[in-house]
Amino acid sequence: MSTPTTDLPTPTLARDGLAGMPAADAKQTGKEFTSDQEVRWCPGCGDYAVLKAVQGFLPDLGLKRENIVFVSGIGCSSRFPYYLDTYGMHSIHGRAPAIATGLATSRSDLSVWVVTGDGDALSIGGNHLIHALRRNVNMTILLFNNRIYGLTKGQYSPTSEIGKVTKSTPMGSLDNPFNPISLALGAEASFVARTIDTDRNHLTGVLREAAAHRGTSLVEIYQNCPIFNDGAFDTIKDPATRDHAVIPLVHGQPITYGPDGEHGLVRNPATGTIEPVEISDANRDQVLVHDAHADDPTLAFAISRLTDGGHLDRAPIGIFRQVERPAYDDLARQQLDTAVGTMGKGNLQQLLTGNDTWTIDA
Amino acid sequence: MKGHHFRDDAQKGRALASESKQVEKLDRVVIRFAGDSGDGMQLTGDRFTQETAAFGNDLSTLPNFPAEIRAPQGTLPGVSSFQVHFADHDILTPGDRPDVLVAMNPAALAANIKDLRPGGIVIVDSHDFTKRNLAKAGYDTSPLDDDSLADYQVHPLDLTGMTVDAVADFGLGRKDAARSKNMFALGLVSWMYGRPTDATLAYLESKFASKPAIRDANVAAFKAGWYFGETTEAFAVSYEIAPAPMASGRYRNITGNTALAYGIIASGQQSGLPVFLGAYPITPASDILHELSKHKHFGVTTFQAEDEIAGIGAALGASFGGALGVTTTSGPGISLKSETIGLAVMLELPLVIVDVQRGGPSTGLPTKTEQSDLLQAMFGRNGEAPLPVIAPQSPADCFDAAVEAARIAVTYRTPVMLLSDGYLANGSEPWSIPDVDALPRIEPAFATLPADGAEFLPYARDPETHAPAWAPPGVAGLEHRVGGIEKADGTGNISYDPANHDRMVRNRAAKVARVADTIPDLVVDDPSGEARVLVLGWGSTYGPIGAGVRAARAQGIDVAHTHLRHIHPFPRNLGKVLRSYDHVIVPEMNLGQLALLLRAEFLVDVHGYDKVTGMPFGSEELAEVIAQAVKSIDTHRLENDR
Ligand code: SF4
Repeated sequence: MSTPTTDLPTPTLARDGLAGMPAADAKQTGKEFTSDQEVRWCPGCGDYAVLKAVQGFLPDLGLKRENIVFVSGIGCSSRFPYYLDTYGMHSIHGRAPAIATGLATSRSDLSVWVVTGDGDALSIGGNHLIHALRRNVNMTILLFNNRIYGLTKGQYSPTSEIGKVTKSTPMGSLDNPFNPISLALGAEASFVARTIDTDRNHLTGVLREAAAHRGTSLVEIYQNCPIFNDGAFDTIKDPATRDHAVIPLVHGQPITYGPDGEHGLVRNPATGTIEPVEISDANRDQVLVHDAHADDPTLAFAISRLTDGGHLDRAPIGIFRQVERPAYDDLARQQLDTAVGTMGKGNLQQLLTGNDTWTIDA
Repeated sequence: MKGHHFRDDAQKGRALASESKQVEKLDRVVIRFAGDSGDGMQLTGDRFTQETAAFGNDLSTLPNFPAEIRAPQGTLPGVSSFQVHFADHDILTPGDRPDVLVAMNPAALAANIKDLRPGGIVIVDSHDFTKRNLAKAGYDTSPLDDDSLADYQVHPLDLTGMTVDAVADFGLGRKDAARSKNMFALGLVSWMYGRPTDATLAYLESKFASKPAIRDANVAAFKAGWYFGETTEAFAVSYEIAPAPMASGRYRNITGNTALAYGIIASGQQSGLPVFLGAYPITPASDILHELSKHKHFGVTTFQAEDEIAGIGAALGASFGGALGVTTTSGPGISLKSETIGLAVMLELPLVIVDVQRGGPSTGLPTKTEQSDLLQAMFGRNGEAPLPVIAPQSPADCFDAAVEAARIAVTYRTPVMLLSDGYLANGSEPWSIPDVDALPRIEPAFATLPADGAEFLPYARDPETHAPAWAPPGVAGLEHRVGGIEKADGTGNISYDPANHDRMVRNRAAKVARVADTIPDLVVDDPSGEARVLVLGWGSTYGPIGAGVRAARAQGIDVAHTHLRHIHPFPRNLGKVLRSYDHVIVPEMNLGQLALLLRAEFLVDVHGYDKVTGMPFGSEELAEVIAQAVKSIDTHRLENDR
């Protein structure tokens, strides 16, 4: 006999990621979001650019500063919360999504952000990441991917290319890397995006969309570690090469790239996969138009596979997928309300007494 | 058939009406229902318990079931049992040895017969004593046909056949019809001990309301069992166990896990905090998750996490957000949660961690009881990471212990470990239902804005509790960052300063030590005042030790008993108590973990009495240990006097 399921009530839930969070009384500045702690990343670290961008962006959210919380795990990027004058928790390795899940579920009035890295999120914390994504708790996860372990001084990470020579792999690493976007899509994430530490405009744009999305938003940020993995993203950053390397994804736009937009993505009718082609008059009308809102993640996944697994010479950048799906925390709170609605507010004396009692007379 | 000793006076052609049968008065009885996992023995035991509670006897129960959900049918590993002890006086344990064994198949008989008291009653379903079933249970020949059961009063009854006959009208297949045989057995035993039946009939009506044929079959089988007892010559005697004198008030029966869940709900109500449970299913703790999931209208959120780590992580996240964070698990889960417990110690956030202990190490004995996580609770983390540890002493006491755990957690902003175990979790006893108005209030000390625009110091300490204030997000001016890296005293910012670290480690330890300020002194039970031997226990051994002490006193032995609710920190007078006796016995269901702590803390040479069989101590066994100890100090004294 199979276990019965129940149809959950039609969610009458907010679609706005910031719904229920109190708005700031007055316009705020990036400075107000900057804590008094001295930033201690290595000179030239990509984390600085992301921090600046986030400090610059948070006032635009228009939320009360005290209702914003950053939760991080362990790793270089996980020091992030200390540098923001919001509430914050620098927790333990890999567990930030779990901690943030409890926080977001019990507090609908908080804007919850997770800061994590490729080791933190994809290695030790892989389980929490995929489950946060499938649950769709309303929070934004910033995954700083530098494709290396920085804080522990340079071992290969779960996103390092095969054959990576590091202190722990002098003869080259053996394991196939994760593609974080493919992984997130496989975990049925409702919002999946990729951006680059040094592209402040793009980064800020993606953050805005991520925050506005109700549910878990996963943002992979390519982040350079000049100390242990310098230049990992040079091909997609260098003005001389980047136009050939970056495939920009813009919802509703044909997916084209190259200095003159001469490349495009088309579907191979034989295999169903997505392939880059030289655009010609013959195939122009076959160039895919990016649909981030498609319910079916197949295309988004196929596009994510165009990311180089080895040295990064090509990567789609932008919002791969953004679909509406009820957020776990909203549903969990709704169940509490429903229970009160049907049973009334709990009466402790009644509960303790129960139905099967007997009385001993004095 | 050999081995049957029907009572003479009852055998001779008496009329079959019940009023004409003899009624024998007893002061206490222990019954064990045993059968295959699929035979519904837990339900049968549970119903008998409810009837007994309604009748007004004092009672104590001990379910015992295999780890496998359905081990192969008819085999020894598949045997499930439920023991209930009830009496006309107050009792402390489910009883050492059953007086009555109901065995639904050969395996159930084989697995349990050695525990039965000589002369005890055995009721078996003879229908199941087939060659095949006998072989599965390891019998070469049927024990019903040889004299291996000569020491007992054996009633081989075709329970299956009689049940099938009784439910013939309801159109069930033979297999479904036979499933009601547990109710037939319950009806029979209910008749034997004069149990009130209304509640069971009402229960069956409501449980199977949507399946009329099954409902009617169960009711019919139950009634048939009752009438069979009343009419058959096989049972010439029924028994009467008068209600026990109990303090006046309203009672219900309750298991440890239910009481613990209610304690958590009450803690939320008494503190005004929403409750957030983060948990991963694990035996024998899952019932707390199930119970709490039913009570969302009390503002209780339950989160079934992807693993043990996420369970406690989410609970800690909720605590950071100002909820009462709770996580429930068993020993293996505590191992996984250790790092997060350390973080909770470091952050100084309230968190209730429930460990329903089971046999270990590793997967160990999932459905059996043990107290072997004490040292893990005390020390199972990296660094100096002290936290308060408390333990309930009986199933109903799990309620008070949960409220106490929450009180300490919230008052002292610390994770608190609550050590229940499998014996308490599944066992049950009557509970004097508390008056909600008399429950203690729990006052969370939330941080407020410092006066005069002074800087908010999240780790400034309360002069009394030494705890920092609780500052959940959402309050302007109190923005701050917490983390697992050592924090600067006061501000909570990262600090690697050696002197600061030394101070913070001591601060956290001092805070936990201060919990002792609010712990009542230990009370020693020593009625004669002459005792030189003290028995000291903690947790679920309370009942067995109490019963053992009573048994020893009944033999004229002077012995004192005291029991610890708070294991860390200890009550302030514990050292004095220990030193007041010549000999201290510490029975534990581990290899001497509390004994180790006592020796380390007080330099007192306590004597451990340890057992890890997965079952609670027997009272007779402990009485013997006490007698030996008294004898040894008498001998010692004699030798010294010489
Ligand atoms: S090690 Fe690399 S990632 Fe870490 S702070 Fe230094 S530059 Fe940044």
